[in-house]
Amino acid sequence: MNGLTQAFADAFALLAGFDQRVAGIVLLSLRVSGLAVLFGMLFGLPLGACLGVGRFPGRTALVVILNGCMGLPSVVVGVVVYLALSRSGPLGELGLLYSPTAMVVAQSLLVVPLMAAIARQVVEDAWREYEEELTAMRFGWFDSVRVLLHDCRHSLLVAVLAGLGRAMSEVGAVMIVGGNIDRSTRTMTTAIALETSKGDLPLAIALGLVLLSVILLLNGLAHGLRQWALRRYA
Amino acid sequence: MRADEMTVAPSLFPLRIHELRWQAGGRAVLDGLSLELGGEGITILLGPNGAGKSVLLRTLCGLLEADSGEIEWGEWGAGARPEFGVAMVFQQPKMLRDSVLGNVELALRPQRVPAAERRQRARAVLERVGLAHRADDGARGLSGGERQRLALARAWVTRPRLLLLDEPTASLDPSSVEAIERIVREIRTEGTRILMTTHNLGQATRLADDVVFMDAGRVCEHAPVQRFFARPASQAARLYIQGELPWRMAF
Repeated sequence: MNGLTQAFADAFALLAGFDQRVAGIVLLSLRVSGLAVLFGMLFGLPLGACLGVGRFPGRTALVVILNGCMGLPSVVVGVVVYLALSRSGPLGELGLLYSPTAMVVAQSLLVVPLMAAIARQVVEDAWREYEEELTAMRFGWFDSVRVLLHDCRHSLLVAVLAGLGRAMSEVGAVMIVGGNIDRSTRTMTTAIALETSKGDLPLAIALGLVLLSVILLLNGLAHGLRQWALRRYA
Repeated sequence: MRADEMTVAPSLFPLRIHELRWQAGGRAVLDGLSLELGGEGITILLGPNGAGKSVLLRTLCGLLEADSGEIEWGEWGAGARPEFGVAMVFQQPKMLRDSVLGNVELALRPQRVPAAERRQRARAVLERVGLAHRADDGARGLSGGERQRLALARAWVTRPRLLLLDEPTASLDPSSVEAIERIVREIRTEGTRILMTTHNLGQATRLADDVVFMDAGRVCEHAPVQRFFARPASQAARLYIQGELPWRMAF
């Protein structure tokens, strides 16, 4: 059996045996990324919807900035959050550096603009379609945003999935602000990077398989939901 | 008191439109249009494409702001715009990705009608437009005729004082047209003033109490329906009724 085959065999053994170390890393990753996506849903989607419906001076500039933030380099966000949370930084007294909370903050800064930008596009397209109807029914700006967020809920799954994909696959920012500390701030991606560099391929492969499975599973669920919604609401 | 309960007073009528002007792309779509409407009946707006009929409806609905001129809403007076009491149905109504019932309930949300009452009123109006059996179906799966009936239900449920209908039967089959006309008559019977555009002269004779004939952004003639079709006062209206090609193409 060659080395790669052996590594895969060992990886499957780790997964089959419900290895505690693997489980801890997976759970932390899901918790951190899940919270970041939750913040994206709470703040990013409404922000995007407001920009999609609202017409005010400076809106175009905001849209351009938001779209630019979609490609925000994660290491840059990591450095900014690091500087803010480091002992000499403005939020240093909170003592959050190298904690899962710091990782959530960093991932949220990456995910919220991404989800907001996608939501803005989705809701703006819907607003073009419904503007006359909603205005004729005397829906105000805020109520229109609420109606459109609900109406576009299935399309906005794309934004949620994109946010989740970005959060779960992210390495740079969580490495900088989390420190990749074993059993504390080690996520799947940082662990894969570290274990691969150390030559511990079975753990890296096992985590990689879990990461892929989670993303595929969530995409499958979202696809199923969209198909159901298309049949239900034409 | 909720907004929908306040729509009975002050009255929106008589509705007086003075010298309304609205331009698009350098062309005067409404060119000093003046019109007065009383509080009862069905008025049909006739006129060639580009006459400004839909623009007039959109202006009355508050979707467009006239460049100049004035709309005086009965007891509201000049310059004031009633928040509720005016509803509009479009030629191609848009339905939300929701159930038929949900789409009707939606129209009552701006008036802050409580959820239970919204549902009850929506079900009642769906019954009257013949869509009660499809209440839980997706609204976007309806046929063209059903969709237009749903749009009427969505407007009717708000108990409007003025209902604006922009070619609601365009491209519908005869049985759907008949159903829509029956509903329009029922809405009128309940005291709603109706202002409707159509190119269907037969429909105008069936539905209208009076006809407003428009051309080039102006009112050429406003007359009771029998008199309009028997003795049109303007040459433009006479040619239009005879089915002559427009004497002045819009392009």
